[in-house]
Parts: sequence; C-alpha cells; structure tokens
Amino acid sequence: MKTYQCIVCGLIYDEATGWPADGIAAGTKWEDVPADWECPDCGVAKADFEMVEI
Amino acid sequence: MKPIIIIGAGMAAYSLAREVRKLDKAAALLIITADDGGFYSKPMLSNAFAQKKLAAQLISQSAVQMAEQIGAHIMTKTRVKHIDTNNKVVDTSSGAFDYAQLVIAVGAQAIRLGLAGDASDHVLSVNHIDDYATFRDKLLPDQKASARVTILGAGLIGCEFADDLAAHGHHVTLIDPNVLPLAALAAPALSQGLQAALSARGIDLRLGTTATSVDHADGAFKVTLANGDVLAADVVLSAVGLRPDLALAQSAQLATGRGIIVDSHGRTSAADVYALGDCAEYRIDNEGRTSPLPYIAPILTAARAIAKTLTGEDTEIDLKHSPVIVKTPSYPLALVPPPQHAIATGRWETEVDGDRTVCRFFDAQGVMVGFGVAPQEAKIRQALMAALGTTV
Repeated sequence: MKTYQCIVCGLIYDEATGWPADGIAAGTKWEDVPADWECPDCGVAKADFEMVEI
Repeated sequence: MKPIIIIGAGMAAYSLAREVRKLDKAAALLIITADDGGFYSKPMLSNAFAQKKLAAQLISQSAVQMAEQIGAHIMTKTRVKHIDTNNKVVDTSSGAFDYAQLVIAVGAQAIRLGLAGDASDHVLSVNHIDDYATFRDKLLPDQKASARVTILGAGLIGCEFADDLAAHGHHVTLIDPNVLPLAALAAPALSQGLQAALSARGIDLRLGTTATSVDHADGAFKVTLANGDVLAADVVLSAVGLRPDLALAQSAQLATGRGIIVDSHGRTSAADVYALGDCAEYRIDNEGRTSPLPYIAPILTAARAIAKTLTGEDTEIDLKHSPVIVKTPSYPLALVPPPQHAIATGRWETEVDGDRTVCRFFDAQGVMVGFGVAPQEAKIRQALMAALGTTV
C-alpha cells in the first residue's frame, strides 16, 4: 500500500485508508481513485498528488 | 543543446519543470533561483501556525532533491540581472547562460503601504518561506505563549492568517478600509458570515479604516489608525496584496500591464519567452480581457499547457474556472469571484439552507458567472461549478 501527497496543501492519501467520506473504500489503489476526485482540503486535481514514501 | 531556462523556484517554476520532464526525458532544464531552491507550497504559509509547523518542516524537498527528482540543473543563490531576448542570453550573478526557451516564474512582491512612524520598517509580510521563518521568530521570542498581532488587510491572506493565529492562541486585530472582510472576492452575505465567525473566534476587526503609522512603544509597537484608534502590538503583519515582480520583464522590454502579459499559450511579447504564476497577466476570456491570477489552480493549468508548447505541441492554456478555497476553518469558504466587468451591472442572490449560505452572481443577461458558499465541501462546490454559465 502506498501513500500520495497533495503537492499544494500537503494532504496525504493513504491507499490503506482510502477516503471513505468521498466514497473511496479502504484499500483503493491510487490508480483506481476516480480521475475527477479532488483534494478534499484544497480542491486541486488528482494529477497534482505525488507518491511519497512515509 | 541549449537548455530551457526557468527563472524562479516556486510552485510555478517547479510545476513547469515537472511537466516538461514528464513529456520529454531528454530536455536540458536549468532552474535559476535567488533563494535556496527548496520546494514548498506557498499556500501552506497562511495556515501553518495552527499545525505548529516550523519553516523547515514546510520544505518538502531541498534543491538537491528536486534537481535529482526532476533531472534538472538548479543554480541557487543566483540573481538574474538581465535578459537579452535578441541573443537569447540570461545574465546572472554567476555568469551568462544561453537559452533555447525561457520561462519567467519570478512571482510577486508584497505591496508595502507608505506608513508613517519610527517603526514602519518593522512591518512584516509573509510571501516567502524565509518571511515565514522571520515572522515565527518575531511572534514567539523566548517561547512566549501568545502575542498581540495586528494584521493590515482583511483579504484572502489576511483573513487566513487571522484565523490561523487566533486558533493558535494569539490576540489578533484585523484592519481593512472596506466595511467587510474579503470584500473584493465574496458576496456581502458571506463576508458578513465570515465577519461573525472571525469575531466569535476572538478576532478584533477594525473595518472602514486604515493604519497610518507604526511606532516603537514600550518594547513593542503602537499602531495608529486613521479613525484615531491606537493599538498595542508585538508584531505587525501587512497582507494588503501582491504586485507581480516586473523588474526583469521591464528591463527586457517585455509587454507588461499589472503583470507580464502573456497570450493564450503563455508566451510573452518576446520570441521563446514564456511567463506563468504570480508574475503573469493571463488572457482570461475570448474578448481580450487580461488579469493576474494569483492562485494555485491557474499555475498548474498553465504549467501543463506551456510544457506541451515547449516540447513541440502548441497548446492553449485552458483556464477553466477553479474555485478559490479560503482556508478560514472558522468559516470555510469556496468561491469563484464574478469577473470585474460584470460586477456593476449584475446582482448577487443569496440562499440560506440550514447553516449553509450559497450566493450566486448573475450578470446583466442573467447568466451565473460567480458564486460563493460557506461552509463549503466538495459536493456543493462541484454542483455550483457545474451551474456556472447557465441561466436560471
């Protein structure tokens, strides 16, 4: 399971946790997150996240 | 092979470098920056206090890491002195460099008010990571728990700082010549909601007046307002706005307005010279209107398009509306400000639904061209975005 960070506001998307509030189940791989999903904190596009090693 | 030279190392410069590298594994990239070149996101500066973040913690990668990650040569602590657009040479404090294409991403400078008083030069502004470090040091000397902070300007940045510092236990006074906070961007109903929320947070709003002087007094500062009020402050922060940095562009005779004028592809008036980010003045509609867009979303959009153009695929910058998200946790707002030319003849319509306020702006033809909502979340944001351009 990998983590991705929004380059704009620093929010972390963890594949293990998903983002249930937006209907993205725990364990959802990044490539399976819908393309129109936006950063919940700052609203930038999915494309503006980068993989980070934590 | 002459490189693509990028002047600057902020979000605009690095976004562009990343996008170019995605498209072209071989392109030579040279990034020239006057600072240390560490990567950080400027929007984080206005809500880093509540998260107790030090300046160093906001820098996610050093220049060395960025150079490796992107595959670029990065020259730090290097000032660009002049751009020769005829011979395509950039003259710097570390020598002269030829470019194939040049991208100016030098950002904006904080506007300084002409204040009187013997401490006017102690007024701080935060528009760079180094400013943030200075501000933090001044705010919390000797690990004091709280400080009295006077903020000049209740626009986006002023309100975000005020909310963040108040949440952190500081005593904040917020001053603005308008009668409401965020007056330039938000509908009056939402500005009123924000005013109530900031007041409830303990922030002292002094509206309809301006600071006239800042003096030393009792080991701190005395701020005098045009209405005669006098405030005591440990730190005075100016957040009255940004002015695109035009020095290089003007010395190179590029066309400038409020920012460096760029066309639909991000091209300046000189061949092979582009600009984006806070220093640029973009074309915002098909009728030739232009405006600086000092937000993140246009940077990312422009970076993608300009990277394509630089690597051989002419691409227009499609500046779709993106909502501006105001990071005021006591009253989370999202908005698309109505275009300047529509304001005089259009109207706001306000709808209150439970604890949520939605304001829609309709132009003279009855087309929805702006909105604001608080409290905001993704679903309502997207619904309002989808309604832009429709008539009701």
